[in-house]
Amino acid sequence: MILSPTSEAELIEAVRAARAPLAIEGGGSKGGLGRPLQAQDTLSLKNLGGVIFYEPAEMVFRARAGTPVAQLEQMLAEHGQMLPFEPMNHQSIYGAAGAPTIGAVAACNISGPRRISHGAARDSLIGVRFVNGFGEAINSGGRVMKNVTGLDLVKLQAGAFGTLGPLSEVTFKVLPRPSTQATLALHGLDDARAIGALCRAVGSPFEISGAAHLPAGILGDAPRTLLRIENVPESVVYRLGELQKIVGGGDTLDAAQSEALWRQVRDVAAFASPDARALWRISTAPSRAVDLVRRVQQGGAVAHFYDWSGGLVWLAVETGDDARAADIRAAVAACGGHATLVRAPVDLRARVDVFQPPSAPLMALTRAVKASFDPNAILNPGRMYAGV
Amino acid sequence: MTAIAFPKPDPAILARRDEIIAGLAALVPPECLVTSEDERRAFETDALTAYRRLPLAVVLPRTTEETSKVMAFLHGAGVKVVARGAGTSLAGGAIPQEDAVVVGLSKMSKILGVDFADRSMRVQAGVTNLAISNAVAADGFFYAPDPSSQLACTIGGNIGMNSGGAHCLKYGVTTNNILGARMVLADGAIVEMGGDWLDSGGLDFLGLVIGSEGQLGIVTEATVRLLRQAEGARPVLFGFPTSEAAGACVADIIGNGIIPVAIEFMDKLAIEICEAFAHAGYPLDAGALLIVEVEGSETEMDAQLQRIVEIAQRHGVSTVRESKSAMETAAIWKGRKSAFGATGRVADYICMDGTVPTSQLCHVLEKTDEIVKHYGLRVANVFHAGDGNMHPLVMYNVNDPAEQEKAEAAGMDILKLCVDVGGCLTGEHGVGIEKRDLMRHQFSEADLAQQMRVRAAFDEGWLLNPAKVFPLDGRTIAATSAR
Ligand SMILES: Cc1cc2nc3c(=O)[nH]c(=O)nc-3n(C[C@H](O)[C@H](O)[C@H](O)COP(=O)(O)OP(=O)(O)OC[C@H]3O[C@@H](n4cnc5c(N)ncnc54)[C@H](O)[C@@H]3O)c2cc1C
Repeated sequence: MILSPTSEAELIEAVRAARAPLAIEGGGSKGGLGRPLQAQDTLSLKNLGGVIFYEPAEMVFRARAGTPVAQLEQMLAEHGQMLPFEPMNHQSIYGAAGAPTIGAVAACNISGPRRISHGAARDSLIGVRFVNGFGEAINSGGRVMKNVTGLDLVKLQAGAFGTLGPLSEVTFKVLPRPSTQATLALHGLDDARAIGALCRAVGSPFEISGAAHLPAGILGDAPRTLLRIENVPESVVYRLGELQKIVGGGDTLDAAQSEALWRQVRDVAAFASPDARALWRISTAPSRAVDLVRRVQQGGAVAHFYDWSGGLVWLAVETGDDARAADIRAAVAACGGHATLVRAPVDLRARVDVFQPPSAPLMALTRAVKASFDPNAILNPGRMYAGV
Repeated sequence: MTAIAFPKPDPAILARRDEIIAGLAALVPPECLVTSEDERRAFETDALTAYRRLPLAVVLPRTTEETSKVMAFLHGAGVKVVARGAGTSLAGGAIPQEDAVVVGLSKMSKILGVDFADRSMRVQAGVTNLAISNAVAADGFFYAPDPSSQLACTIGGNIGMNSGGAHCLKYGVTTNNILGARMVLADGAIVEMGGDWLDSGGLDFLGLVIGSEGQLGIVTEATVRLLRQAEGARPVLFGFPTSEAAGACVADIIGNGIIPVAIEFMDKLAIEICEAFAHAGYPLDAGALLIVEVEGSETEMDAQLQRIVEIAQRHGVSTVRESKSAMETAAIWKGRKSAFGATGRVADYICMDGTVPTSQLCHVLEKTDEIVKHYGLRVANVFHAGDGNMHPLVMYNVNDPAEQEKAEAAGMDILKLCVDVGGCLTGEHGVGIEKRDLMRHQFSEADLAQQMRVRAAFDEGWLLNPAKVFPLDGRTIAATSAR
């Protein structure tokens, strides 16, 4: 059965009435993300939508969890503002019809290329309201940008994939949309030289808001190394010039080209459906990213590209028995970082760890914290880790 | 002052003091253990000096492993622990209690590694905030959160309180600038959270620990995010006839899509106090003053400042002083950065720290004035206007108990007002003991119970900094119990 509460009261009712696990869902664009769970009923938040307030002068809005991200982005654009963290839209990699909702962006801590300069979704999320396993509505955070009152459950909820309770309302701070953008593209660099250039640029004072390297075969035949600047027109021109001195040349993509290309980077268009290869998303330190990829390559072919100056690696591999999980986990253990299996067939996601297994003491804390929100394991149990 | 209650010390623990000290002495060398009354005095309070409690003993471990052994021992012995950095908390977060051992990080102040390509730096928790930025300044980098106490306060304390600073409008607070941390849990287990990369996945324990005020563990190391310094930074100082005009100007700057690195606000009394102390050339005829700082190349700063000055002119600005040199910049900031110290020379004060929606700034300033007048006291306001984080300094005489009580009552009224207009009790100083008993004004019982269950998941026995943050009555102990 699909439960689709239209109010928080109905949401509370649904949680209180549940005797068996509920699978929590937003718009249904990210059904492929996380471990599959055995749940009889689905709790869909897509009918719990709507903007509660938007104060452009305070740069903050609050919306119900089921509000489509697209609606919010349009609302912000009308006032010259934006979500700072540029959330990825997963529809293209999953070939999903459902539209992303803001609650899921918060619950899954979804960010995009601008994460490197403006932080992740969790950094802009300043308040949440959610329903815990006791069927209580809980507030944490608020609507102001600086708030250290009490334990920060907002951070715990961002990236908990609904396992600590469905969000009913989220409050985000936003930023003015820069008046224009441009991208400096370097051509023909190998991975190591490309990431060296990206790190030099990101370590400059010119406020790079996107730093990606696309090896040959990713959105084009030849390698391209991309640096985005968003600012007022005069600053974009000046900063591009300074950057060229730092990285040794490169040519410029204008605002329209830049915007289109970064959208492809953001949504991982290079591996879009119907490509059905297994897809990994790996956070690491930029200086070790190339080594990490090389280690995985030693066990067999991969397709890959880098975002976040090399700190984010997207890897597409043949599905096989384990989506190369053993190789990838070993490479990540050697280089440091965090790998998530973002796309794989459902049976494989039941077999292989989707999220990186935490250390034993952190796993014990994960269980204890989960139980403190949801002692009867009703809410999305097993979405992140088996039995949690 | 006696208004804020401390739990009664546990006589069973006090009776076992010698045994507990002997146990600690077996784990650390004598120079790491403070037991004499004289020396313990140095740890009896923090920057909320009206309250003090002498701890049972103080341990100053030198390594994570030593910390782990100490914690395991104290856990086994059922002894409470209060973590301490530099003791500059304004909320009483680091004030000990008689039956608790202070674990101080002062012997762990090494910088462990710097990586400019990855823009990260690994440090021990006892390193000062300023030492981090100083270590990389020559290479053109800095660590962004810059509390005014940065010369003294430690990164462990910053993590404990999720501290901010003048420049967080653009760069965020501590939680936005820490990549990883090593922490010793209540029972001595060592956990590593995050790393030197972005977004570690799994439950965001790092985000939970930041701002948890020493209740979840002892942080011994941290990986901080470094940023490249801007090409240049330049403040402009505005004098306005009234606070309303200054407040409206702040809203208009942000409404125009400009995010300066800092927008600092001072009211008339704060201007007078700071000018008398710092001789910064502040306009004494102004009703309110703003310091707005921008960054970039010379041309970029010129362009931004021009737009900002135009906006200020629309709001009837009476004084405009753009910094023309490094010396002028230093002078403009000197008054602001010494505001607390300068006020302290005029009177004793308590510093409130509520945040309000920026649209409410003027309303709250007006009401604050009324509240304080009602108690027959004076208040100076100096704060981070861009993010609505207010710092009313309520002045009183510490030697007059009746006045102290009035000051505290006024402070509480101001904080309630902040919550009532949609804000919160504390924007960067933390709850500590100071705002503990106001938590029910901001949170429901269910909200607090959920936080306390999470706390109990880390520290079932409430041994870590137990007198802080949550009201002393009605504490939920078990990690999974309903209320
Ligand atoms: C003059 C002055 C100006 C200030 N200006 C600012 C400002 O601009 N912005 C701002 O945010 N704050 C400011 N503060 C407040 C204070 O400096 C901060 O809260 C600071 O982060 C405290 O650091 P500390 O090392 O002194 O920590 P302490 O005061 O020793 O401890 C603070 C809290 O953190 C816990 N703690 C300390 N170390 C650890 C650790 N290693 N592991 C776990 N928990 C730990 C303690 O138990 C306590 O709860 C100011 C204070 C003063 C006196």
